[in-house]
Amino acid sequence: MSREEMSRRLRVTEVTPGQKLDQVVHTVQRAGLVRYAGASGDLNPIHWNDEWARSVGLPGVIAHGMFSMAVAARMISAFARDPAAVKRLRARFSSMIQPGQTLTVSGEVVSVDGRRVSVRFWGEDESGNRVVSKGEAELELA
Amino acid sequence: MPLNQALVGKEYPPIRYEVGREKLREFAQSVGETDPVYHDEEAARAAGHRDIPAVPTFPVVLTLRVGQKVYSDPELGLDHSRVVHGEQELTYHRPIFAGDRLLAAGRVAAMQVKGRHEVLMIETTVTSEDGEPVCSSVATLISRGTAPATRRRSGGAEGKVSGGGAEGSA
Repeated sequence: MSREEMSRRLRVTEVTPGQKLDQVVHTVQRAGLVRYAGASGDLNPIHWNDEWARSVGLPGVIAHGMFSMAVAARMISAFARDPAAVKRLRARFSSMIQPGQTLTVSGEVVSVDGRRVSVRFWGEDESGNRVVSKGEAELELA
Repeated sequence: MPLNQALVGKEYPPIRYEVGREKLREFAQSVGETDPVYHDEEAARAAGHRDIPAVPTFPVVLTLRVGQKVYSDPELGLDHSRVVHGEQELTYHRPIFAGDRLLAAGRVAAMQVKGRHEVLMIETTVTSEDGEPVCSSVATLISRGTAPATRRRSGGAEGKVSGGGAEGSA
C-alpha cells in the first residue's frame, strides 16, 4: 500500500461521535433524471413524463428514490475517502422531490467502535421536507 | 388485487451481469459523482483499487433487472403502476469493480399488510461467478391500496405506511 493510498483514506483517529459530514447539495434537473433513468435502467415514466406522472396522481415527474440515495452515498463515500470502507447503507424515501428543487444531504457520526463507524444521514428539500430519512451507514475503516 | 402471500420465499434464477468501465463511469456521472477514482483507471489504481470501483448505489442496476423478473411473475399479482419504493438497504462484502462478472439472484423475502397497502420485500444477492459474496440488497416496495378488504382492520393504522411519498418504483 503506497503512502498516497494510505493518506487518502479516512483514519479512525480522525473520527469522533457527533462529527458532522460535509453536506452535499444537488439541484434536481429533468435532464439529470433522464440521464439517471438511462444509466440505472429504471425507465418508469413517472420520472420523465409529466403527463404520465399526473395521470397516476403525482404533481409531475419526481426523482427516483435511488437517485436521492445516490446523492447521499456521495456524501458517505467522500467522508470515507474509500469506497471499500462502505459496508452498509440504508434509507427510507419519505417524500418526493421534483425538478427545480434542491436536495441537501446531511449526516453525522453516531458511534465509533474499533474500526467500525456508524453514521446517520438524511436529505431535505429547500422547504425542510425530509426526502430521505432514517439513513444509516456503516463504515469499516482501513 | 392483493398480492399472493404464498410467494414468500420464492427464489428466482440469477441473472448474469458483466461490469463495464464505461457503464460505471456513466452511472457515476448520472449521480453527480466527480471523484476521479470512479472515472479514471490511473486514479483508481493509485488509490489501491484493481480497476475503477462502482459508486455504492450501482447495484441498483442489477437489482432492477432482478426486480423485473419478480414484478412480471404472473403468480405474484403485482400491479407495477401501484408500486412505490419505500426503503432500501445495501450490504457490501467488497466493492464492485470494472471487469467483474456477477450473478444476481432474487427472492421474495417478506410480505405484510399495512392498512390499505401491502409491503413487499425483495432481496437480491450478488456474487461473483465463482460464488464470492459481493453485496446484497433489500428493497421495500409498497403496493398502494391492494390490501385484501378482510384483513385491513387488523393491519394497523391507515396511511401510516413508510415511503408513502410516491418515490420512484424500484
